[in-house]
Amino acid sequence: MPLYVAQRVAVATPSNLAHRIRGLSDRTIAWLFVAPTIFLLLAVNIFPLIWTIRLSLTNFRTNRPNNAVEFVGIENYRKILTDPDTWQSLQATAHFLIWTIILQVLIGFTLAYLINKKFRGNDLWTTLIVLPMMLSPAVVGNFWTFLYQPQIGLFNYFIEFISGTDPASFSMIGEVALAPWAIVIVDTWMWTPFVMLICLAGLRSIPSSIYEAAECDRASKWRQFWTITIPMALPFLMLAVLFRGIENFKMFDLVVQLTGGGPGSTTQLTSIDLKREAFEKWRTGYASAYAVILFVTVFGLASIYVKALNKVKDR
Amino acid sequence: MSYSITEPSDRQKWIAGLLVITYAIVTLIPLVWIIATGFKTPSDAIAYPPKVFFEPSLEGYVNLFTSRSRVTPEDLAALPPPATFYDRIVRQYDMVITGPSRYGERFMNSVIIGFGSTFLSVFLGTIAAYAFSRFKVPLKDDLLFFILSTRMMPPIAVAIPIFLMYRQLGLSDTHLGMILLYTAVNLSLSVWLLKGFIDEIPIEYEEAALIDGYTRFQAFYKVVLPQAATGIASTAIFCLIFAWNEYAFAALLTSGTAQTAPPFIPTIIGTGGKDWPAVAAGATLFLVPIMVFTILLRKHLLRGITFGAVRK
Repeated sequence: MPLYVAQRVAVATPSNLAHRIRGLSDRTIAWLFVAPTIFLLLAVNIFPLIWTIRLSLTNFRTNRPNNAVEFVGIENYRKILTDPDTWQSLQATAHFLIWTIILQVLIGFTLAYLINKKFRGNDLWTTLIVLPMMLSPAVVGNFWTFLYQPQIGLFNYFIEFISGTDPASFSMIGEVALAPWAIVIVDTWMWTPFVMLICLAGLRSIPSSIYEAAECDRASKWRQFWTITIPMALPFLMLAVLFRGIENFKMFDLVVQLTGGGPGSTTQLTSIDLKREAFEKWRTGYASAYAVILFVTVFGLASIYVKALNKVKDR
Repeated sequence: MSYSITEPSDRQKWIAGLLVITYAIVTLIPLVWIIATGFKTPSDAIAYPPKVFFEPSLEGYVNLFTSRSRVTPEDLAALPPPATFYDRIVRQYDMVITGPSRYGERFMNSVIIGFGSTFLSVFLGTIAAYAFSRFKVPLKDDLLFFILSTRMMPPIAVAIPIFLMYRQLGLSDTHLGMILLYTAVNLSLSVWLLKGFIDEIPIEYEEAALIDGYTRFQAFYKVVLPQAATGIASTAIFCLIFAWNEYAFAALLTSGTAQTAPPFIPTIIGTGGKDWPAVAAGATLFLVPIMVFTILLRKHLLRGITFGAVRK
């Protein structure tokens, strides 16, 4: 490696060897500092990605390593896109995605709006509200199956308390009609604070002078809300929606622990479907093609996300 | 602060406070319930109606940390009297303690892998972020986007080749394998967060140091690092929380030696049905440290969850 001994602004004393080594040029330092990160990411992300793409064109199965590996072209992709199971899991994912986002935005924004009224102790309560989202989704999701137990579960008891329904008469995670809502409820419970925090930042970024000007112009509160608050908080809201969208599109841990994809395959989101193909049926080639399709989708969402992120940053 | 016509009225504040506090209390019930269930007896835990008030018991914790086996009443009578409170609890159920459970090991695995990967990702992240913040790195924006995009990858999709790769390299179910994996996943967060923190340190400090005869390295660790200490600390906590909570990779790539707590806790079962107090006890010990960290982190929370995009 070449050592550049240059660009030192003032060198009063003659440099010894140690000093010379540490006096590497900025370019070398930049290289040295960035290289390990890039290298690790290449090894743990890009190399596997290329491997996945290669596998996706074969019929390789991990549990039959001695079988001849055949090149099958885009056959796996064709199979996935024509498999009704894929579409069913996409549907389950869409239901999950749409409802969690709607509920989290509505509740999260409302909470942020209320907290922004700056009542006494709002900081403390904000911190408490945030707690669920920092915890391990798998561990918490597992405990929610206890809250969802018919008869003895706290959730069912709560429903009985407010509506009088017999708590033994329904099972949130055991019934085809209820299970998709069971996962929406837990995800909303867990991640509403995320949307709330970002919305709160959005609301706090609006200078009060704008409201003062609107007040002078005798604009009604209602009008102020729709013409000032919403448009100015919108980039933040979009950021929250995109982030939740990406995260919930990949959703695995929480739902696997809650329902395991069941009953039947009603809550089998794409990640869970993929996990079954890859690690239970061991159809590695097929699952790799599936993974590539998910990559491409998430990558598309991510590039939109980064654009939105930069927009918010410029504010 | 001056009086403002846009300041909410007292009544508005009162209503807003009431609604927010109600939400907070409702949302905290499941967490309180986890902690409470850990101190219940198995029969109290599954009582109907659910018991809000109960006599606290350490049974859940005893069951969490021990493995037990059933003995016949005659054998039990032949044993010397119980020496400790946990022996006493176990013997009520005609059981004896046969040894420690796996919970301790799994918890330690979480600690080792969590701290190991946090240290690595913060170390690598700090130097990379410094380079991105201060130097002209070719293709800087593309590299930064690439780093962020690695975070967006669905873990299950990455897990297929990693699984095969680790099997070849002998890294599956090892601490090192999990540390490297979590480091790679956390790097995106640590680079982006730390770049934000370092960007905020005025470049004039380093320029002054350079003029005083410091080398770049010296300027970096004597001037920049101390200034970035808060940022580095909060980044570290975020990385730790991620590694601590991670489930998908842990469930697919570890099974014994290096298994962390999240895939283990749901598998805790008792004799005759799930031992919910033991599960809740395990969950409590696992979750409470994160609750404490969250409260410590509250000022930087927003930054952490948005990769440094939104600062208060």
